[in-house]
Amino acid sequence: MRQQLEGARAVAEAVRLCRPQVIAAYPITPQTHIIEHLAKMVADGDLIAEYVSVESEFAAASLVLGAVAGGARSFTASASQGLLLMTEVLYNIAGMRLPVVMVCANRAISSPINIFSDHQDSMSQRDTGWIQLYVESNQEAVDTLIQAYRIAERCELPVMVCMDGFFLTHTFEPVDMPDQAVVDQFLPTFQFARTLDPKHPMTLGGGSEPENYLEFRASQHVALLQAQEVIKTTDADYAEHFGRGYGGLIDPYRVDGADTVLLGLGSMMGAVKDVVDSLREQGQAVGALRLRCFRPFPVLDLVQQLAGVKRVVVLEKAFSAGASGIVAIELRAAFYDAGLSIPVAGFIAGLGGRDVTPAVIEAALHRAIATNTPIDSDFLDCQLDSVL
Amino acid sequence: MDETNTSTYHEIRFHGRGGQGAVSAAALLSLAAFDDGFEAQAFPKFGSERRGAPVEAYVKISTTAIRRHNQVYQPDAIVIQDQSLLKSIAVFDGLKAEGFVVLNAEQLPAEADKLNISRRQWACVPADHISEALFGRPLPNTVLLGALVALTHWIQLTALEQAISHHLASKGESIVNKNIEALQAGYRSAMQTMEDVA
Repeated sequence: MRQQLEGARAVAEAVRLCRPQVIAAYPITPQTHIIEHLAKMVADGDLIAEYVSVESEFAAASLVLGAVAGGARSFTASASQGLLLMTEVLYNIAGMRLPVVMVCANRAISSPINIFSDHQDSMSQRDTGWIQLYVESNQEAVDTLIQAYRIAERCELPVMVCMDGFFLTHTFEPVDMPDQAVVDQFLPTFQFARTLDPKHPMTLGGGSEPENYLEFRASQHVALLQAQEVIKTTDADYAEHFGRGYGGLIDPYRVDGADTVLLGLGSMMGAVKDVVDSLREQGQAVGALRLRCFRPFPVLDLVQQLAGVKRVVVLEKAFSAGASGIVAIELRAAFYDAGLSIPVAGFIAGLGGRDVTPAVIEAALHRAIATNTPIDSDFLDCQLDSVL
Repeated sequence: MDETNTSTYHEIRFHGRGGQGAVSAAALLSLAAFDDGFEAQAFPKFGSERRGAPVEAYVKISTTAIRRHNQVYQPDAIVIQDQSLLKSIAVFDGLKAEGFVVLNAEQLPAEADKLNISRRQWACVPADHISEALFGRPLPNTVLLGALVALTHWIQLTALEQAISHHLASKGESIVNKNIEALQAGYRSAMQTMEDVA
């Protein structure tokens, strides 16, 4: 049923529909509403699950690690410093190939302290071995959360669903909540082949040696690359069940016939699509491409989709200090390996909750079109003079 | 929603202080607009999360899907929950030439005449006073929403009444009824001031 819901509430309802058996989380803005709703559902008896209030994000991640290893579908959520505190465990979860699902309510990183949204928190976890899916709307957050469990459990890989703090978590907008019966069809009961069982003792994440560690790590990489197909087919199958799909790994918008394509992630892409529509009306050949799946990085799909364009503008809410915009770096590498010399204009915007307005988006597009050469790490809408 | 309407799009900006319920008011308006058949979006911008700090909240009401998640810079209406914000925050920034202003105040402040906003665009309602009589303390939210409906008629008053009945139900019948009374009082108060201007 279509309802007007706060994003945090909508995603909590989606978690409930997936019938998790264990939830462990530590509150941090802007994730808090999600886990408050879940705690209330459990307390009210609307969700039969073990809800564990833990003393830190490190404990939350450790607890869901153990729960999933014990065969229980589990959920956690965090953001910003909380996600950073989880880092050590996130690597362990991925290394043990445990299908944990979590939501990152994307928020900036300290210092200076800032509670507002950007992508630095989840982007900084890009090497942990988790699948990362970024959503544009609360509807997509709900749908992707449900998809995430199926992807995770099919691939035996953890999935992080990244939704922008405040811009999505605190926004009331219409969401069509899926029916429980259809979710049950789409998402079978969790049956973990490597469930820890005292009758059949087994070690997960035990010691390794120079003779086999490399193979473990390499197999993780292979699994992530292979997950691309599962992410695509899961989204397609979801569309058959629920009537909504998001393109799997990437979400191209009016890319056909476009000379210039703006590539970005998350909730700002709604405004980007509005800008594309208005510039198309003025006869400008522009399009947009939303990177839905950042890990694994969909090299082939991006190259196929963008091979014919004259330039790509990357707009991202995170960067690698001292290097460049993270997505821009990876896109340039993908183009280089494919023998494509498409100039990439890399812009960084919207850090710490700075609104990426249609005017800012248009300015980025116009600058890239006017210069027609690569641009590296240009900070948009930034009064650098005031701090230097 | 009036089915004969062609496409419409309205943006409303709420200005309040932490604890006054600007965020709740925005959410409630979006819920009512949705129930009235519109697409709607509401979200807050916290200065920082503490009582008394200036807070903004935004509502968008549209006949078509709302794709962008940007803040509101050129509102069609602003709702000011606390008169003291007039001195500290540029509350009128970006207000469209024909835009509406709902202000919680006993009377139009002196500085109102300096603004290029005609008297017909104002609804100045004593929402603290009205709500205090009902709740025993100033809770200006629903009074101001009633005034906003009187001024704009973008959604129906009954949609807000239903939204209050539905979404405040967990707070008990007495709270629901008092909020509906407050809403209607705000509506009547704004209608009265508009008649006085006319």
